[in-house]
Amino acid sequence: MVSAQAARVRAEAGMRPSAAFFLLVLALLGEGLLGVRALAGAKVPVGQHGEAGLLVGLGRPVSARDAGSALVFPDGTGLPSGRGSVELGKEVFVRACAACHGSRGEGGTADALSGAEMALDSATPDKVIGNYWPYAATLFDFIQRAMPLSAPKSLSTDEVYAVTAYLLFLNGLLEAGATLDAASLAAIEMPNRDGFIWIDVPSESMPP
Amino acid sequence: MVTRSRPKRLQSAADAAVREVAPGGLLDRRHFLRGGLGVALLAPLPVGVLAATGAGSEASLVADNPSVVTGPDGHGAVARPDAQSALASTRTPGTPFSNYGSPSRHESEVIRWISDNPAAPGNGISWTPLHALEGTLTPNGLHFERHHNGVPDIDPAKHRLRFEGLVEQALEFSLDDLLRYPMQSVQCVIECGGNSNAGWNKRPIQAPVGYFHGLVSASEWVGVPVRHLLAEAGNLKSARWVVAEGADAIEHHMSIPIARILDSALIGLYQNGERLRPENGYPMRLIVPGCEGVLHVKWLRRMTLTDRPVMSRNETAKYTELLPSGKARAFTFVMQPKSIITSPSCGMTLPERGFYEIKGLAWSGRGRIRKVEISADGGRNWAEAALDTPVQPRAFTRFRIPWRWNGQRATLVSRATDETGETQPTRRELVAARGRNGYFHYNAQVSYAVLEDGYLEHVYLEDDAEDRAW
Repeated sequence: MVSAQAARVRAEAGMRPSAAFFLLVLALLGEGLLGVRALAGAKVPVGQHGEAGLLVGLGRPVSARDAGSALVFPDGTGLPSGRGSVELGKEVFVRACAACHGSRGEGGTADALSGAEMALDSATPDKVIGNYWPYAATLFDFIQRAMPLSAPKSLSTDEVYAVTAYLLFLNGLLEAGATLDAASLAAIEMPNRDGFIWIDVPSESMPP
Repeated sequence: MVTRSRPKRLQSAADAAVREVAPGGLLDRRHFLRGGLGVALLAPLPVGVLAATGAGSEASLVADNPSVVTGPDGHGAVARPDAQSALASTRTPGTPFSNYGSPSRHESEVIRWISDNPAAPGNGISWTPLHALEGTLTPNGLHFERHHNGVPDIDPAKHRLRFEGLVEQALEFSLDDLLRYPMQSVQCVIECGGNSNAGWNKRPIQAPVGYFHGLVSASEWVGVPVRHLLAEAGNLKSARWVVAEGADAIEHHMSIPIARILDSALIGLYQNGERLRPENGYPMRLIVPGCEGVLHVKWLRRMTLTDRPVMSRNETAKYTELLPSGKARAFTFVMQPKSIITSPSCGMTLPERGFYEIKGLAWSGRGRIRKVEISADGGRNWAEAALDTPVQPRAFTRFRIPWRWNGQRATLVSRATDETGETQPTRRELVAARGRNGYFHYNAQVSYAVLEDGYLEHVYLEDDAEDRAW
């Protein structure tokens, strides 16, 4: 093939060493040798305690203002300001979500989000938001990060609050006239909050 | 698999020399091992059997025996010495070089099967065709995929990895920065927590091994130990968890105890010698050896140190396993011991009775595989398989055992035991412990019935009990 031949010619041209290239190699070698001496002087096997990271030291400081965490926690930490009603949520849901999830959060091609009939301890349990998800804030977080799959980040913060409210309404956890914001979302206690057993978590990382 | 035109004289000599170690035709695993008791027996065996074991010295056998040549398809065949000169490939120049090689055009059926969501094509999985592969490493183009919303196209020059949260100084690294840090290599599997979940089905699924168990792949990953970078950022004493986040369209994020990160996690930059493939997290992913795949966050862009898990959707609503009590297991990071016979396996047909090598893969997220046992009679009697060396912790271990099929119905089963002493459970034991609705972390023993016509089908050993209960 002509293109393969051209690529081969380019590769050969690229490999032709210049004087500058040799100088660069020498410079890198010198730096590497210095590095080896520095590591040997540390008296701790490289990799044991991360000392090598301290020696390389290429991390660029990020200012406290820029490093503000974007994580949303169950207690509401990280939730943005804004608000949305069940009513607006229904409107947004029908427009942006119902094609996959069904207009009432069930019967679509995607996961059922509401309408559990069988309990979690039955032989054929239904797992939906209302009977399985332990925290309401997680719902806001996931919609904000990921939904709808065809256009992530296309909903405004208020619309995310609204869709969250509508889904909680469909699951019987909010009144039809309700509006959600950071504080009221974090205050919702989900029925399955205590439904999980942590397995591979060392004692120091277990909740106090 | 085995040459049909074998010399009768050699066949009878081989038959007389092997010893059955378990009912159903399982033979001593040492027969085909270099230096084992079988060395003296290698010469009389048909070339096809040797090629299948990969352990004998084929070259010397061919050289010593001019009536045997290796055919163009790679399998042994018997032919006249001068037949070589008739091969078309010896009479014309071959194709020239290539900048990046591809598999042979004759291997075009060795592919990942894709199971995606028609409404969101980037949401789904593709499977590693384990039944068509050998050895203990997965070719990069066949590594299984699990994407929640497609493969992002990331410019490595612009990508940054940030450490923040409970650190003395939040830091950011470019790819070029990371390439200057000391690296480590680890050969390990990545297995999706949902792998093999058709095993929970009431009826045994009839699918090739790869399209049932192929959400596991093994690679040599090379990258920067995360502890180097955390030492530089200075993790605070109050830090108990690390939340790893990707740059994909769901900003996938998972919480991992900091002890596990400091102990063994890498920022993976190379996969089997080359930079990561885009579908495996290019330009960087988290590697947490032994843990379920969902923690190996691809397209890694941020690690936030926290005092508690973030309780993301994928560590609460998904990747948790509902028990019969109605409670669910959560943060089930470690993959338990598992083994799968890859050949002969579901959907294959043995062409005739005679010798075959039963072979497959075993692994455990808890450490090394200590032994793999094989049964040819549905789990009543067991024989130990040979393990290819080196046996590495949390990596694929290839097992092999010679077998002589007598043409009658047989049921092949494998079970692995790891160095902690944990043995792969039977399906009945797993269902008794976890119920049927856990969805994730299915690691029960797998069984195939060999029918009289040589066809292999997937079976449950406890079929009758299932029918009564359901």
